[in-house]
Amino acid sequence: MSRSVWKGPFVDGYLLKKAEAARSTGRKDIIRTWSRRSTILPQFVGLTFGVYNGRKFLPVLINENMVGHKLGEFSPTRTFLGHSGDKRVKRA
Amino acid sequence: MARISGVNIPTNKQVGISLTYIFGIGRTKALEILEKAEVPANRRVMEMSDADVAKVREIIDRDYLVEGDLRRETAMNIKRLMDLGVYRGLRHRRGLPVRGQRTHTNARTRKGPARAIAGKKK
Repeated sequence: MSRSVWKGPFVDGYLLKKAEAARSTGRKDIIRTWSRRSTILPQFVGLTFGVYNGRKFLPVLINENMVGHKLGEFSPTRTFLGHSGDKRVKRA
Repeated sequence: MARISGVNIPTNKQVGISLTYIFGIGRTKALEILEKAEVPANRRVMEMSDADVAKVREIIDRDYLVEGDLRRETAMNIKRLMDLGVYRGLRHRRGLPVRGQRTHTNARTRKGPARAIAGKKK
């Protein structure tokens, strides 16, 4: 079920502040964050977030298609390299 | 035989049922359409006047997304997810369940028929 409209999109407050700051001072370095649950807002377009996946911060450059998704959707938390003895997949 | 929105040729069934042969129209939408067209849903298609058929056809063309267009839209939605690099897109690419279902067992609809695995026998 989708979220009620009257609540508005969810974004962690500190992240919104950081994003606004980055926007006003000219978009530069990546904003590291653990807030995978935050929605991507239209004003985030063009910014780069380092989204934590439990191991490292994956850089995510926001474009307008990503608006409405959550940051976490762009930073996979699992690494699956195929089963042992599976010949089709070559492992890293 | 009545052709409505392209290839669809519903038969000598009741209209309410016939319309569901169109991709994108189920029972609910069929009844909705007939309501708007003021045609009783239990009338057979062959008993319908040409004017009524035309009316139904017009309503579907105007207000509903069916057949090819609908298929195209769903395909585009999936393609968008795949191109975006979203988790859901990755699942689509791999042909695995998208909405968090278990894959340890089951998930056969997405994965297709089970493939034998070498050396896996008690």
